Amino acid sequence: MRADPTDYKLVSPGSLQGVLSLLSAEPKRWLPIAGGTDVMVLYSAGKLPNRNLVNLWNVPELRQLEVFPDRIRIGATCTYSSLRNHAIVSREFPLLATAASWTGGIANQNRGTLGGNIANASPAADSLPALLVYDAELTLVSLRGERRVPYREFHTGYKKTVLAPDELIRDISLPRRFSGYVTYTRKVGARNAQAISKVCLAALGRIANGVIQDVHLALGSVAPIPLRLTETEQLLIAKKIHSSLFGTVRRTLIQEIRPIDDIRSTARYRTAVAGNLVVEFLGKLTAESARS
Amino acid sequence: MNPSHEARATSTVSFAVNGELRNVRVHPMERLLDVLRNELGLTGAKEGCGEGECGSCSVLMDGLLVNSCLVPVAQADGSNVVTIEGIAARSLLHPLQQAFLESGGAQCGICTPGMILAAVHLLEKKPQPTPAEIREGLAGNLCRCTGYTQIFEAVAKAVQPRVAR
Ligand SMILES: Cc1cc2nc3c(=O)[nH]c(=O)nc-3n(C[C@H](O)[C@H](O)[C@H](O)COP(=O)(O)OP(=O)(O)OC[C@H]3O[C@@H](n4cnc5c(N)ncnc54)[C@H](O)[C@@H]3O)c2cc1C
Repeated sequence: MRADPTDYKLVSPGSLQGVLSLLSAEPKRWLPIAGGTDVMVLYSAGKLPNRNLVNLWNVPELRQLEVFPDRIRIGATCTYSSLRNHAIVSREFPLLATAASWTGGIANQNRGTLGGNIANASPAADSLPALLVYDAELTLVSLRGERRVPYREFHTGYKKTVLAPDELIRDISLPRRFSGYVTYTRKVGARNAQAISKVCLAALGRIANGVIQDVHLALGSVAPIPLRLTETEQLLIAKKIHSSLFGTVRRTLIQEIRPIDDIRSTARYRTAVAGNLVVEFLGKLTAESARS
Repeated sequence: MNPSHEARATSTVSFAVNGELRNVRVHPMERLLDVLRNELGLTGAKEGCGEGECGSCSVLMDGLLVNSCLVPVAQADGSNVVTIEGIAARSLLHPLQQAFLESGGAQCGICTPGMILAAVHLLEKKPQPTPAEIREGLAGNLCRCTGYTQIFEAVAKAVQPRVAR
């Protein structure tokens, strides 16, 4: 059943202070809406439980993308299009730019925001593995003040996060120290545009003298939260890449992930594909490191 | 609770639609699509899926392609909206409209307004798109009649030939 607009309320304070004041006065009452590409889908279907919405789309403080010598700071309501079209994002953070290009069609990318993807907290969200491997840090803000949270500590369980009801995600910081890395990302889904991932890997790494110096791996859709593969990374550090390593890599990875059967895929398929993607990345890491 | 933040049942949304300033008294959670169709009589934008998947409700908002079924009208306040009704210059069709006609890019017509606006948006951003860029630019717009080939041809045809230097 289609929702009746008059059952809802949407207010537009137009400033960060204004939004935070509302959230602080009645924390659980207000649901922020940024680009609406998750919220409005539920609303249109008459399935949005929250009746009171507060508009973030016209809050200028959340829109900025700032570049510093050591990091970039992405305002929470920066859209996928603005990320894809940003020179530094596409040059230094290609995994994020690529994920942005996958997130629905162009109309969706013009509205969907990075902060919305994070707060919506779907384990299948496409930009979240990239944020994990880039060691993103979030700034959360409320009238009580600001706090910084490493992104890898943000999700605590299926659709559960450390965000308090009176808080917003203000920005996402990415350190600018991965430009020399080999990067790899692949989304496996029914179709490239507009299909939710069955498995998605974001990975980056660096080799010197044939030995892995640093490697970051993160997977979507294989656990209740987007997952950084810390144990598999540990196993790889200081190793030479050789096919004899791949068996151990797959076994370690299987220990780390918790895939399920659902309408899009099966746990077995996801496990096999997750292993294949990591092995494919290691192949690329070897090939590109040999070339440079 | 600050009363100025409390929305009344309706509010006034002011925006430019196809170049004309419009003030409409509507509920802020009305979808832009419904306001265009029901309040302003602009029925070019269609409702297909109502969940952002099909693109038949696409319009331009501040020059950017959006699915109007997913825009609460309050978020369009102060913006500049262009619908399919606004792209021809009086009786002179937009080059993309002409190209869709000539290439058979429209059949039942449900997807056509959205397809053309997606193509307008694409050529605005990338005046000389590659075939892959045309496909990507239209990937959020579904068509169940043409099989897409004629649509891609229409867009390619509308591309201004590069001026020889
Ligand atoms: C057709 C279609 C295709 C899609 N394809 C993909 C895809 O391929 N991959 C993918 O990952 N996603 C996809 N999505 C989902 C969606 O586009 C993304 O999750 C998007 O990033 C959501 O951002 P938004 O600004 O639109 O969020 P909204 O709908 O505005 O909000 C989503 C949630 O985040 C909260 N929120 C938003 N901003 C903040 C903030 N700053 N602080 C705190 N909470 C906040 C809201 O309260 C809400 O709970 C698709 C959606 C559609 C409609």
